[in-house]
Amino acid sequence: MAMEMRLPAARKPLSEVLARDTKKHLVVPGDTITTDTGFMRGHGTYMGEEKLIASVAGSVERVNKLICVWSFLLSSRYNGEVGDIVVGRITEVQQKRWKVDTNSRLDSVLLLSSMNLPGGELRRRSAEDELAMRGFLQEGDLISAEVQAVFSDGAVSLHTRSLKYGKLGQGVLVQVSPSLVKRQKTHFHDLPCGASVILGNNGFVWIYPTPEHKDEDAGGFIPDLEPVSLTDREVISRLRNCVVSLVTQRMMLYDTSILYCYEASLPHQIKDILKPEVMEEIVLETRQRLLEQEG
Amino acid sequence: MAGLELLSDQGYRVDGRRAGELRKIQARMGVFAQADGSAYIEQGNTKALAVVYGPHEIRGSRSRALPDRALVNCQYSSATFSTGERKRRPHGDRKSCEMGLQLRQTFEAAILTQLHPRSQIDIYVQVLQADGGTYAACVNAATLAVLDAGIPMRDFVCACSAGFVDGTALADLSHVEEAAGGPQLALALLPASGQIALLEMDARLHEDHLEWVLEAAAQAARDVHTLLDRVVRQHVHEASILLGD
Repeated sequence: MAMEMRLPAARKPLSEVLARDTKKHLVVPGDTITTDTGFMRGHGTYMGEEKLIASVAGSVERVNKLICVWSFLLSSRYNGEVGDIVVGRITEVQQKRWKVDTNSRLDSVLLLSSMNLPGGELRRRSAEDELAMRGFLQEGDLISAEVQAVFSDGAVSLHTRSLKYGKLGQGVLVQVSPSLVKRQKTHFHDLPCGASVILGNNGFVWIYPTPEHKDEDAGGFIPDLEPVSLTDREVISRLRNCVVSLVTQRMMLYDTSILYCYEASLPHQIKDILKPEVMEEIVLETRQRLLEQEG
Repeated sequence: MAGLELLSDQGYRVDGRRAGELRKIQARMGVFAQADGSAYIEQGNTKALAVVYGPHEIRGSRSRALPDRALVNCQYSSATFSTGERKRRPHGDRKSCEMGLQLRQTFEAAILTQLHPRSQIDIYVQVLQADGGTYAACVNAATLAVLDAGIPMRDFVCACSAGFVDGTALADLSHVEEAAGGPQLALALLPASGQIALLEMDARLHEDHLEWVLEAAAQAARDVHTLLDRVVRQHVHEASILLGD
């Protein structure tokens, strides 16, 4: 069995690689932004003794009379917006709803009435449906859903009112920072390389084998447990490593960037993609191809 | 040790520092990718690591959820190899609990918990090498970690220890100076407003001397703030280049 070992080496800061600079007004908590009381205070600021003080580390953004501090470090938790697609994991089964972990500040809520019944029937949920909740979704299941509403404290309410949402079957989950997922018209992609991917806005990326036929009756409840072929598994592993390398180099994730990265990684073995120098090379090629395509 | 003078006639301490001089501080933010925020700090030979998760849903007992603010949960742990003699420290022992409580009081004063009701912020601190001033190193590391997680805070929390020997107040005590048995004070300060987050001492000190020791600790904390400020600005500058566009 071949093993690879390497000595620790100092990481090159990515800003050198990208060779860019910023001319923004950076603040840290405790810094006074302004003593002018005419401004409205936005996120990242608080009022202290007639001065506007920053509460997070970031850059000051001013829009007319509103001052807020945009934190570059606040990328780890998801803030829900209506209409977003999310992938989440069930953490609890409560009386008429499920609690879903979507990497946000509070667990999201999936009401029983927001869930599609098998067969797509439309009826009022009865007491039997309540007792059968665990039969639909249990703790630990993964689902794809859409954000229906956002509560005042930031908690998000989900719904699976379409046949394309529902319980997820076999596949690979990659957790990334929510700020790296690009907002697009659709987040469900069938890649030409032979796998499908769901780019959740909350940073959960689900890679799964493309289903041969869409099973309309199941309504997203019965997961496909057929064994996945080796070629499909290899494609999925390669895609997963590509997503991880894009994220490490802080590139935005969308179907084109993942596809280009996949094609750039074909000359290498799947396990070699995670090596730092191979990662840099692949992502550089992806970046160049994307620039060519745009320009 | 008889004959070990903590302050020589020329005003030098055991490790060659002056009375009010701090040890060399090196800090780094964002050491762990998996955590929401993390930081590592070295103050002389004292090394501490802090990791922050949150704000997230309260795990365990829902009854502990506060309806109007976030719950701050701090845990302190000391590695077995952190002191001169290898010593196994079980998780729930008195010193860890007390440190955890002190850290919690310090950070509840600084974090703006009203912005995240019904959620929980976890701060885990681990001391890898203890050479005096462990509370201060923990607080400084935890401040950087909380900033790295993007959790809004009133101000930095900078901490330092201070002692009193031969009529002079010493700042940033090392293990040798702490073990000598004199009075030691730990101070956690919010530098911009000068407010004290935590002040702790469990030794006997004449009240006339308290003012000098407190001033030495406060000045040292402000010096720590200058250093941490530089580290945070550098880190934010890097982050802004990567995400700025």
